[in-house]
Amino acid sequence: MSTTGKHRIDARRDCRGVGCPMNLVYTKVELARIAPGEVLEVILDDGAPIGNVPRSVVKEGHEVVAKHRLPDGAWQVLIRKA
Amino acid sequence: MIDFSEEQLQRYSRHILLADVGVEGQARLAEARVLVVGAGGLGAPVCLYLAAAGVGTIGIVDADCVEISNLQRQICHFTHNIGDAKADSAREKMLAINPEITVNVHYEYLRADNVLGIIGGYDFVVEGTDNFPAKFLVNDACIMAKVPFCHGGILRFRGQAMTVIPGESACYRCVFREPPPPDAVPSCSEAGVLGAIAGMLGSIQAAETLKFITGAGRLLTDALLTFDAKDMEFRKIPLSCQEDCPVCGEAPEIDSLIDYEQGGCALAGA
Repeated sequence: MSTTGKHRIDARRDCRGVGCPMNLVYTKVELARIAPGEVLEVILDDGAPIGNVPRSVVKEGHEVVAKHRLPDGAWQVLIRKA
Repeated sequence: MIDFSEEQLQRYSRHILLADVGVEGQARLAEARVLVVGAGGLGAPVCLYLAAAGVGTIGIVDADCVEISNLQRQICHFTHNIGDAKADSAREKMLAINPEITVNVHYEYLRADNVLGIIGGYDFVVEGTDNFPAKFLVNDACIMAKVPFCHGGILRFRGQAMTVIPGESACYRCVFREPPPPDAVPSCSEAGVLGAIAGMLGSIQAAETLKFITGAGRLLTDALLTFDAKDMEFRKIPLSCQEDCPVCGEAPEIDSLIDYEQGGCALAGA
């Protein structure tokens, strides 16, 4: 557990190099493990992954609370479980 | 919650991606126990789809052996299986698709004296039999044992299906009071059946099973779905529990299971 800015992070998954749709499968696996209200950090590649995964988790009712570009071009996305 | 391996996550990824299934729904499938009655036209696709879906324990009830005339529609049986027990032939294909599941075989015909013992160990029953006595027996036994089930039948170009949740939704007897007299309906061999409609109806039953286990969507309860593949027309006829139903009504007169005399098999599992 750690914090990034104002958000406490309860679980992490690095999906760099993982294409669609397995990056969403891994994200859903991690979301299933945490409690409602807890925050998951996923690292997603630029391009289709950052386009698709946040949109899909929002569609399932979760909240994307932060999105930051990392120095290597990947994205850090913080998702609060519904 | 079940911890899926990397290989399982890939195998079941298209289920896990569904918002209404997800990891939780896939875990429920792995823990579920489903009985498929009849490994014929309907049971064949049901067995294959349930195995592919990762339903953890699947039972098959069938005492018949594979005949060449089955192969036109009973797609889990291959030419090299002619003469084999249908339950074994189905099991072989199911495990080839998914070696992680357990398949129990019951080389029996369901009768009043064995049906409760067989269905008792399962969460859901798929009824894909080819005769009315078996259809009524499965209905009555499932109502008495409170085991949800999905009825299915096909003949010629037509099929019908309904899901029954005992104590909640209309049962088969709410719609069809008793079997037609023996020989009042044509036999499968007289009437014929378009092979592909076995897949259509069996797939509907498999989908109902997966929906029941995962909780996704709304079941085909209190309704009879019928289709006629000649015009590819589907109808959903609304039904309701009948107070005077002889098995699930307010004062049921049927309190023990009945072995009806075997007649024809109109709209049977073929």
